[in-house]
Amino acid sequence: MNCIIIDDEATARTIIAQLCSNLPSLNVLEEFPNAILAMKYLNQNDVDLIFLDIHMPDFTGFDFIQSLKNPPKIILTTSDSKFAIEAFEYDCIVDYLIKPIRLPRFEKAIQKAELTKVKQTTNNTSPKAVETDSGNDLYINIDRRLIKLDISSIYLVEAKGDYIHVKTENQNYTVHSTLKKIEEKLPDSLFLKVHRSYIINTKKIIDIEDNSVLIKKDVIPVSRSNRPELMKRLNLL
Amino acid sequence: MEQPNFSYIDTLSGEDEAFKNKLIGIIKTEFPNEKDVYLQNIAANNFKKASENVHKLKHKITILGLEESYKIATDYENNLKENKDLGKEDFQNILKVITDFLATI
Repeated sequence: MNCIIIDDEATARTIIAQLCSNLPSLNVLEEFPNAILAMKYLNQNDVDLIFLDIHMPDFTGFDFIQSLKNPPKIILTTSDSKFAIEAFEYDCIVDYLIKPIRLPRFEKAIQKAELTKVKQTTNNTSPKAVETDSGNDLYINIDRRLIKLDISSIYLVEAKGDYIHVKTENQNYTVHSTLKKIEEKLPDSLFLKVHRSYIINTKKIIDIEDNSVLIKKDVIPVSRSNRPELMKRLNLL
Repeated sequence: MEQPNFSYIDTLSGEDEAFKNKLIGIIKTEFPNEKDVYLQNIAANNFKKASENVHKLKHKITILGLEESYKIATDYENNLKENKDLGKEDFQNILKVITDFLATI
């Protein structure tokens, strides 16, 4: 299994790498001191297994897991057991190792990982309606008239009661629909729901500050639960 | 007071002296930095950050075989989370014991 190690503590990374070296079935590809660097790596590389520390500053192990669309198998590593119950709410987590990790327990975790089949989500494989039916266009119904929009020109969708405001490069539209319906029609590769009332085109972001993004002249709130996914989409330096 | 030992590191290293030396070197580099960050946070009465620092230091406490000290550190970490510094002196004694030990190797 190709694996990576994510832990802000160099001592922990070194120990896990040493434990891995005892098992020929494991190949450590990379080690990362934080989750953001690991996310960048995972955008371009496939791995079978992640050793993930829960307790990291700014971006915890659980934040990291929530940011992954199709997570590989994960073995959590931590200095205490209090997160164990939360850990097993995630299908991708195959085991939970308490530091300091000893070889017999480590081997047992690897056996579990080898035997576990992680349920894969279909997020990456289910094309949205726009991509199959109408190319890059979206038709909206305004006063019984179907108006064609170029999807890439949409930069913001805002929920307002029974209506949504669709903002494009050239014009804004108010449509009788829901955020959920339009979300299903917009491609994941461009759009992201950052708040219960807002979907943004991530390619149009101007800047991000704490819990908000600037798109055109609109400052849009980003909810805490959606922030990890937003951060994952960014090509961070 | 219990003293640090290499029992865990020896078991982990087996015959691999190079790995043992490498790991000890990393601990000797990383521990003083983690301790300093903790001391800065506790001096600033930033108990939440200090609790996170204690949590991180607990790993090195266990690596060095300090089982009783680990319990003291866990209690202290929990106190800090509740905005109390009860157990501070005992914890800082543990840090001193480790500092002295690392200075001898």
